[in-house]
Amino acid sequence: MNCIIIDDEETARVIMAHLCSTVVGLKIVEEFPNAIQAIKYLNHNSVDLIFLDIHMPDFNGIDFIETITQPPKIILTTSDANFAIQAFEYDCIVDYLLKPVSIERFQKAMQKLESINISTPRTSSAATAMAPSAENDDSASGDNLYVNINRRLVKIEMSTIYLIEAKGDYIKIKTEDQEYTVHSTLKKIEEKLPKNTFLKVHRSFIINVNKIVDIEDNSVLLKRDVVPVSRSKRAELMKRLNLL
Amino acid sequence: MMEQPNLSYINSMSGGEKAFGKRLLAIIKKEFPLEKQVYFDNLNSGNHQRTAQNVHKLKHKISILGLVKSYDVATRYEENLRNNDATLQKEFEAILLVMTDYLNKV
Repeated sequence: MNCIIIDDEETARVIMAHLCSTVVGLKIVEEFPNAIQAIKYLNHNSVDLIFLDIHMPDFNGIDFIETITQPPKIILTTSDANFAIQAFEYDCIVDYLLKPVSIERFQKAMQKLESINISTPRTSSAATAMAPSAENDDSASGDNLYVNINRRLVKIEMSTIYLIEAKGDYIKIKTEDQEYTVHSTLKKIEEKLPKNTFLKVHRSFIINVNKIVDIEDNSVLLKRDVVPVSRSKRAELMKRLNLL
Repeated sequence: MMEQPNLSYINSMSGGEKAFGKRLLAIIKKEFPLEKQVYFDNLNSGNHQRTAQNVHKLKHKISILGLVKSYDVATRYEENLRNNDATLQKEFEAILLVMTDYLNKV
């Protein structure tokens, strides 16, 4: 099985290549310090497996996955557990390894890889089978949402969330008691939230409509947070309210 | 007393293959000062988002050197920087210093 390693950190590439050298039949054909070089390579060559770092400057691993057509099997490597949930959204992802990768965890990933019939296109159920064992549950189940924070899946009761704010590559989830900073996007969390309760009122904010304290012309108050409401979202917001 | 680095991970990875352990350590010694420099450059230019990325990258080496508590400090510092807050800068830089000393000696 031919594979490539994409990681901007030489230390990480060397460790991964060393781990791969212990697997019979796994051959590293190239290593790349950035995703762009790998894309150029893949335009003319095909591989069976990619070890892909997520955090790379300018063009990250997720950009890479979304750029290549017909991606091969990919094993993600990162120091950030918060990416786990996002990783499950791509069928090509076989596993997700946290750095520094241990021999035991690498072997487990290889077992998962082995359990997949490489020549058969993956079915949707395969995605679940290949998700990291500790993270097999749906990220949203019933009334709860599980978010990855510092290598732990933390349960948040959705009804306690009153505000979600986009902050660059992160979102801030505010509940009645706590705030959580999670590596994700508003779009992704919006898909997990009940549509009758939550509304995206601005490109950077999703609110729990049941938690609104008051509304002014172009803003709403939730607890102590004043949240802007886009002009285009105001009508939808007003429709949701039980107006006298 | 600051947490001290160790070679447990590198030794476990090399599995007795001394040449690999030596090679890995040499690469870490080569890369670490460069990553540190980029971190300080971005910090000094006030680019907190880039600095957060640099901290993220450095976390791998913190982990490789077995610095468990320091890794948590770095994670929180990275999170702070993403919120344009440099709290824990001193603590993080103390970790860098410990790593620098260790890599110079080992």
